[in-house]
Amino acid sequence: MRTCLVVDDSSVVRKIARRILEGLDFQIVEAEDGEKALEICKRGLPDAVLLDWNMPVMDGYEFLGNLRRLPGGHEPKVVFCTTENDIAHISRALHAGANEYIMKPFDKEIVAAKFQEVGLIDQTQPTST
Amino acid sequence: MNQPDYEYLRKLLKDYSGLDLSADKQYLIESRLLPLARKAGLADIGELVQKLKGGSSAVIAQVVEAMTTNETFFFRDKVPFDHFRDSILPEIIKARANRKSIRIWCAAGSTGQEPYSLAMCVKEMSAALSGWRVEIIATDISQEVLEKSKAGIYSQFEVQRGLPIQMLVKYFKQIGELWQLNPDIRAMVQHRQLNLLHDFSQLGAFDIIFCRNVLIYFDQEMKINIFGRLARMMEPDGFLVLGAAETVVGLTEVFKPFPERRGLYRPSGTAGAAGRTGTTWPKASAAARL
Repeated sequence: MRTCLVVDDSSVVRKIARRILEGLDFQIVEAEDGEKALEICKRGLPDAVLLDWNMPVMDGYEFLGNLRRLPGGHEPKVVFCTTENDIAHISRALHAGANEYIMKPFDKEIVAAKFQEVGLIDQTQPTST
Repeated sequence: MNQPDYEYLRKLLKDYSGLDLSADKQYLIESRLLPLARKAGLADIGELVQKLKGGSSAVIAQVVEAMTTNETFFFRDKVPFDHFRDSILPEIIKARANRKSIRIWCAAGSTGQEPYSLAMCVKEMSAALSGWRVEIIATDISQEVLEKSKAGIYSQFEVQRGLPIQMLVKYFKQIGELWQLNPDIRAMVQHRQLNLLHDFSQLGAFDIIFCRNVLIYFDQEMKINIFGRLARMMEPDGFLVLGAAETVVGLTEVFKPFPERRGLYRPSGTAGAAGRTGTTWPKASAAARL
């Protein structure tokens, strides 16, 4: 089973993301800021990271840089999931090594579509009716 | 809504748009037409039917528009667009090397996501298509969705389903909370209003026709009729692309499926007019040059 690390300082968002991703057959681990997320990654890299931007202690952008510098840190697919919905933020994220980018608010279809983009979901699974 | 009103609406929709509603779709009519009725100052579906019986062509058009479903998104179902990039375009490029011209028709362009997805694919291949003329014609029965398609403006939800983030950044400009396709992509698509029930032969011959998830609304007889007319407008080595749940198998012999490429079909040569592989191209007004 594929693992996804959900990083967001809002427990509500983490819960919603968990429900959606468990429905897509992912095993979920949660972290409330970039620093805790990094600790988790040092112990074992997930297949995917759903990453908020603005968080206390260490934000998503800083976490991403640190993740990619870990051994094997280029492997996990990182999907930003943030209220920052302008081109400047998106470009910065992509340059820093993000694989995809979700602008909040999101729904199940968007998460599924983006995870399909990064190759974590089988293409033959219909993402919509 | 009473049964006679429902039957009246079923017949009206079938006559005007080919839309073939089964006996149990009252909920669909109610959800689509009640808002329309209220906007027109009418109390309910019954009063709307009275108005329709009075023969108001404007109201009839509004009812048809409201009922023809327009759910679509960028790169819907992914696989047909992978085929487009990986096999259809390369094969057509080889086959048209002398003519250097490709004509593509989206026969239910709706709000534009499908034709613009094709336009973005074509743009991504501009090296291989340098000096070529590529026409993408998008048609739809609904003038309203055509206007939306022409504007090329989409919501944050709409640009996140099916569109890779790199393409969003590359081909769109952000306007507040909305996203608009760049002018060069918009210029690649011509829009025409068209009812598939009517004669569409004036559009000319095509190399590629996308006709996805629209024929499902028609009954068997009309499907067969439309397939026949599509086959006559298709180059013999052209491609027809249908929706994921659709097929010609069991309906008609005028197209044959590609065994390894699901959703793709080619004229079998039994349709009648042999297709025009040579001279009679219609005047292309706004064809994009790459």
